[in-house]
Amino acid sequence: MPERTMEAPHGGTGNDAPGAATPPVAVGPELARAFRDVLPADLVITDEVGRRSYECDGLTGFRQIPALVVLPRDADEVAACVRVCARHGVPFVARGAGTGLSGGAMPVADGVVISLQKLRRILEIDVENRRAVLEPGVYNLEISKAAAPYGLYYAPDPSSQQVCTIGGNVAENSGGAHCLKYGFTTNHVLEMEVVLADGSVVTLGGPTGEQAGPDLRGLFIGSEGTLGICTKVTVRLLQTPETVRTVLADFPSIEAAGDTVGDIVDAAIIPAAVEMMDSLSMEASEAATGAGLTVDAPAALIIELDGPADEVEAEFSHLTAICERHGATRMHVPAEAEERQKVWKGRKAAFAAVGRISPDYIVQDGVVPRTRLAEVLTRIAEMGRDAGLRVANVFHAGDGNLHPLVLYSEAAGEHDAAEKLSTDIAELCVELGGSLSGEHGIGTDKACSMPRMFSSDDLAVMHRVRHAFDPDDRCNPGKVFPTPRLCGERPGPYRPHPLEEAGVIERL
Amino acid sequence: MTTHPTPGPTLDFSSERGEKPAPERADLLGGAGPSEFGSFDAHHPPAQELLDDCVHCGFCLPTCPTYALWGEEMDSPRGRIYLMEMAEKGEIPLEGSFTTHIDRCLGCMACVTACPSGVQYDRLLEATRPQIERNVPRSRSDRWFREAIFALFPYKRRLRAASLGGALYQRLRPKSMDKLLARVPERFGRLVAMESLLPPVSVRDAFRRMPERTPGIGPRRGRVGLLTGCVQDVFFHPVNEATARVLAAEGWDVIAPREQACCGALGLHAGREAEAIERAKKLIAVFERAQVDTIATNVAGCGSSMKEYGELLADDPEWAERAAAFAAKVRDISEVVDETLADARARRHPIEARVVYHDACHLGHAQKIRSEPRRVLRAIPGVELLELPEAEICCGSAGIYNMLQPQAASDLGHRKAGNIRGTGADLLVTANPGCLLQIRKYLGADLPMLHPIQLVDASIRGVRPPEMG
Repeated sequence: MPERTMEAPHGGTGNDAPGAATPPVAVGPELARAFRDVLPADLVITDEVGRRSYECDGLTGFRQIPALVVLPRDADEVAACVRVCARHGVPFVARGAGTGLSGGAMPVADGVVISLQKLRRILEIDVENRRAVLEPGVYNLEISKAAAPYGLYYAPDPSSQQVCTIGGNVAENSGGAHCLKYGFTTNHVLEMEVVLADGSVVTLGGPTGEQAGPDLRGLFIGSEGTLGICTKVTVRLLQTPETVRTVLADFPSIEAAGDTVGDIVDAAIIPAAVEMMDSLSMEASEAATGAGLTVDAPAALIIELDGPADEVEAEFSHLTAICERHGATRMHVPAEAEERQKVWKGRKAAFAAVGRISPDYIVQDGVVPRTRLAEVLTRIAEMGRDAGLRVANVFHAGDGNLHPLVLYSEAAGEHDAAEKLSTDIAELCVELGGSLSGEHGIGTDKACSMPRMFSSDDLAVMHRVRHAFDPDDRCNPGKVFPTPRLCGERPGPYRPHPLEEAGVIERL
Repeated sequence: MTTHPTPGPTLDFSSERGEKPAPERADLLGGAGPSEFGSFDAHHPPAQELLDDCVHCGFCLPTCPTYALWGEEMDSPRGRIYLMEMAEKGEIPLEGSFTTHIDRCLGCMACVTACPSGVQYDRLLEATRPQIERNVPRSRSDRWFREAIFALFPYKRRLRAASLGGALYQRLRPKSMDKLLARVPERFGRLVAMESLLPPVSVRDAFRRMPERTPGIGPRRGRVGLLTGCVQDVFFHPVNEATARVLAAEGWDVIAPREQACCGALGLHAGREAEAIERAKKLIAVFERAQVDTIATNVAGCGSSMKEYGELLADDPEWAERAAAFAAKVRDISEVVDETLADARARRHPIEARVVYHDACHLGHAQKIRSEPRRVLRAIPGVELLELPEAEICCGSAGIYNMLQPQAASDLGHRKAGNIRGTGADLLVTANPGCLLQIRKYLGADLPMLHPIQLVDASIRGVRPPEMG
């Protein structure tokens, strides 16, 4: 586990709006008692070991011990918990599987973590209308598993799909390898039941996807838990494609692979997925999965076509011709579904597998226009060289969504340099006309970079929208929006101020 | 001035909640002060570099049985590693919460299979459990119960004696016993769990001994030493007989040394390291004398621990090499039979059956043996092999877990039984007596259950498999 030396960069009061003056709340035995009135005692976690277990999500660099953790078992109990928070003026953070990579589920000091891990029921698979109704704690992959007997599946497939939950997907508007053709979570969620900050329960969207008035459903999806907690989700299911064909193609350079992606799109082929991996990420992934990646190839593309057999066949030969034109050194076409899954496992395990080649690393997530892929990769390589750090690249090339992995060693004191390089890369994406985040969210990690992408007017409008839902900043405060304190304090390991060392001041 | 949020005195709400304030570190360590190993003692604490492998990605969560049941971070693999890390830093004591959550781990190692970062949770757990056994005093009833288990299960003679009592009890057990047991207070839950695990006892089988030598048929492939096991030999003796017959039919001489005793797996997996080491040494010596090429076992848990003898005895100069040599010879029976499939000598007769294979955790996760037993079963004409949903999740047996943590084991048992019923199979096979006992308890008499080797044996002999009528 990487050393967790970086402390949460914001303070204990949980207010995020500049100048907002929510006083620090006292969390005492009354709060625990209030929760025990609505939940069985063992589902209210107050002991230190339990609370500390929830101090971070998949991004361990940011930690905060919550005052309490509660584990409601159904939507009514979630609403009851939110009402307890409202009554006591306590902020809360909803948490799914805690796999997020932007610190979006990091607790708020003095706040409550509402875990949705007991809401895991698949409430309905409506085969006729191709819909599934789910509780928020259902694992993404479980939806497709449950739908498979009917020839249906759920399209968005984040790499962590075996563990990430649909509730977390809604919060982050998660994508995945196949979102190039099929779109993100927002394109697949029809309706949601949501508990608002005051504990009231509302329904956003509708079962058919048609809705009068503003698209509050769309607003909620991707709001990273700042507008409320979703307790029921209706998603669209798609028919399993008739044919799927995948090619794993190695290229002599990153540029050649990048240009191939451009040409595929120019040729009006819309692959289900186009993924790129560089040699570092392949080395790690191959060690973890034995998926059959060529570890000494500078770059590889995993390209997948799906649809009617004839169409796929025609496009596939066109596609392989394009790869050959760009000097593909090897093309592996998995023959069976099992072998194809192995290749995908190699891709999807990449983030976690990098732990095998580096003691510590940061997973970055940014977007650039597809036409600037080669350029951004060259710049990243230069920046890595300058910083003296290795950067592995594995990304959704089809839609320009980069996932540079900054490798470093905490023990060798490289943390700060890595953190800076990672932030610089995200901001480089903005500079090149892209975005700070493709799918991992802003969370705690990137809140400080928000002004790079949005003007103060933009941010003010976002604030007003958020406050329309949550006037008192109870829902996941401190995330997404930059605050003076958040960004004034450089994130990083705690270093005593000279005056503090001299005993003149003390930190409170 | 800035706010430094964690860890700080402002965040300690324990006194407000009326809890005892956290003692100073020195108190936790009995006044010793923070040691190099935090709250652990110096004897093989969980290694820092193994803890460092975990990146907290969470890929382990869905396959962890306790996380599947409760959804609590502390009862997940990454959560437990987080706790080990805190203990290693001396931030939390071993006693209390830490022990509770480590005790609740089944040790099924599904997380090891799921982990993309290659975290060796098996080694972390095996380093942690003995720390608890050495350093955390258990309550009197807990201690008594554990001692009783370890005074009974590893001893064939005692198990045989107990089987007499068990058989008598089963004959005389009044119908109203279930009602009676349902009313037993919860604190005796473990005893009730133990009672219900008792398999239908055949006294005749329990007292049968394996022949010391079963000669191979036809040209000989070599000498296989057979671990007869404790529970296996007493309660599942026909499995041992079937194993010897199959091996002999395939041309192996089978040596089953009389003086062999328990391999120590139950103790090793429960953190009773000293006991496991003694048993390992004795077993190594027995099989050295037997001069065998291969040491075969039909028990997943035993195979898993015997393959680890090298690590277990690595510190002992007298035994390290012998242990490593022993471990290198250990094979699960499915591995041995699988290797002979290419030139199988014994003809397989057809058995028409829809068979569901349950991966025992200590075979699938701990030894990564998944395809071998399936190939061995598929080599039987007529067998249709079905896959089990949630195959990676433990049935709740987990060595002595179903006796120590009856509630969790019961929830997992029901879940597994439901999944098995859903397959519509005619027969369940699994390669571990613990799993058979556990699954039988929750599946009842719905489905015949066998060890895979019994099916192979029936096929070779051209008879109906036992229990299938």
